[in-house]
Amino acid sequence: MLALKNVEVVYSDVILVLRGISLTVPDGKIVALLGANGAGKTTVLRAISGLLDIHNGEITKGEITLDGRRIDHMAASKIVRLGVSQALEGRRILAELTVEENLRLGGHTSSKRSRDNLDRVYTLFPDLKDRPKFIAGYLSGGQQQMLAIGRALMSSPRYLLLDEPSLGLAPLLVQQIRDIIVEINSQGTGVMLVEQNAAMALSIAEHGFIMEVGKVVMDKPAAELLEDDDVREFYLGLQGEDAASFAEVKHYRRKKRWLS
Amino acid sequence: MTQFLQALINGVAIAAVYALIALGFVIIYKSMQVLSFAQPGLLLIGAWWVVFATAPPEEGMPTLFWIVMMAAVTGAIGALFLLSREVVKAAVAKSLFVFMALVAAIDVIWVAWVREGDVGGLGWPFWAGVIFALVIAALTGIAIERGFLRPMVGKPVFAVAIMTIGIDVVLRILAIDLLGINIRSVNDPWGIEVLKVGDLVFQHRQIAQVVTAIIVVILLLAFFKYSRFGLAMRATAFDQEVALTQGVSVSTVFAMSWAIAAVLATIAGVFLGSGFGLSPSAGVTALKALPVVVVGGMDSISGAIFGALLIAVAEQLTVTYQPTYAPWLGQGFAQVVPYLIMFIVLLIRPYGLFGTKEVERV
Repeated sequence: MLALKNVEVVYSDVILVLRGISLTVPDGKIVALLGANGAGKTTVLRAISGLLDIHNGEITKGEITLDGRRIDHMAASKIVRLGVSQALEGRRILAELTVEENLRLGGHTSSKRSRDNLDRVYTLFPDLKDRPKFIAGYLSGGQQQMLAIGRALMSSPRYLLLDEPSLGLAPLLVQQIRDIIVEINSQGTGVMLVEQNAAMALSIAEHGFIMEVGKVVMDKPAAELLEDDDVREFYLGLQGEDAASFAEVKHYRRKKRWLS
Repeated sequence: MTQFLQALINGVAIAAVYALIALGFVIIYKSMQVLSFAQPGLLLIGAWWVVFATAPPEEGMPTLFWIVMMAAVTGAIGALFLLSREVVKAAVAKSLFVFMALVAAIDVIWVAWVREGDVGGLGWPFWAGVIFALVIAALTGIAIERGFLRPMVGKPVFAVAIMTIGIDVVLRILAIDLLGINIRSVNDPWGIEVLKVGDLVFQHRQIAQVVTAIIVVILLLAFFKYSRFGLAMRATAFDQEVALTQGVSVSTVFAMSWAIAAVLATIAGVFLGSGFGLSPSAGVTALKALPVVVVGGMDSISGAIFGALLIAVAEQLTVTYQPTYAPWLGQGFAQVVPYLIMFIVLLIRPYGLFGTKEVERV
């Protein structure tokens, strides 16, 4: 189990982005992390993967544990070795390298099982199998996303962190990515899915967390979230019987009081 | 015609040395975006180790020998420790570092004292000396990266570049101190023997350096293309965060690029010292790798090779023809030519002939 407990993250010593966040990713389950822009979703992933350093960020409070073992303040390469792999937002494939080189890089930590992992990725993504020598930058957006996910799988992770895999993709491709995530999960990998596309994320997730300004404001099974009126309105864009007016818009922020 | 061909031959031979040094620049620049001015220093120190290892032994040497060996062994243990941080307990690591620092201090004091007389050598065969020097050079590279550049991570690139100038000064002074005022032989097997084809003269060492440079370049390219760490280095050069998420230890990559650069500089230093011997002025020659990389493009391996050929051949042609056709330019004009070419290239293509064009909003 991957767990965050009261994690607080500060960037550049002054910008408080995560204000004591707690969430858990159980083994072999899909968990969705939803929230508006700037809520701190990506920061949560950075904190888990040990990438805060290069963004001048720091975990100032709380702890992150993997099966009870603390992994905060651990080097990023070590965390990957322990089985937590992340596909960054915006695909971030190495455009000038070939498809195969991108995948080989993903297998950096587990070079011995590289062959098996490569076969697994090629079975999941037949599109990539046809063109191992293709320069990755010339792939279509969907294929690039598949390459990014495939690369993250090359270290045979127990937990896969996906940052907005549906970003900038056509609805049909989003469907495809969604099916692939389910497939990966059914092979035993726990998935933490960070998404703006809440409908897609909640349709496959077991559990959902909703973040607002650095805090988890809702923490419920995905099915309940899908039924929740506010979630339906703000994240799924569905409205109830009578159209809500903006005057009644609810925020999950605590009521601000002076001097609080 | 003969004169022209001879100039070409000499040019290509020197280009091999320039290319070796320039590749070190390129590898460091590619992985860390840092322009390393420490290459000449690394070259001199590296070549000095060859001089030291191959020079005939003298009285009183065994003690120095043991100290140097101790330094080398501790360096090796240090390197092992760096590679397996997780295994070694922190306390052990700390005491090891203290020990290394002590040994280094004793080493420096001893060398300064022994210099009263003359530092004798180990009397090893040339090849053993070269391998010894390459190992030490790699460790020196790693040590410089760990000790001086790691604390600078995240600081402005400009500050780091200035830092490398400082490292270069220290290394060069150390090397000049060790070399003394005499020209030292690296005891290379080529000497100043030549192979004559018609009127053309091929020095043995020129052939050796061209062949070596070609082999080194092929090995490097194969390393980058096929090996796990080569790929990791390329990935780090493109996108550090991505490399991190794939489990690449970026700090190992940095250390490795410095080790490779130091090894390349040492090979170049051996060739600069072959034939007529090594003198501190080899550092000046090494600095010509700077126009080479600027002409070729800082981040391009093929650019470094092309730049080396262009600059070295231009230099040799100037050496050959300028005294006859443009004597008014004075003596030693050839020394200026590389910088002149760099100047022109910078005016026309600021990112070098093969470099990545930087797209930046101003």
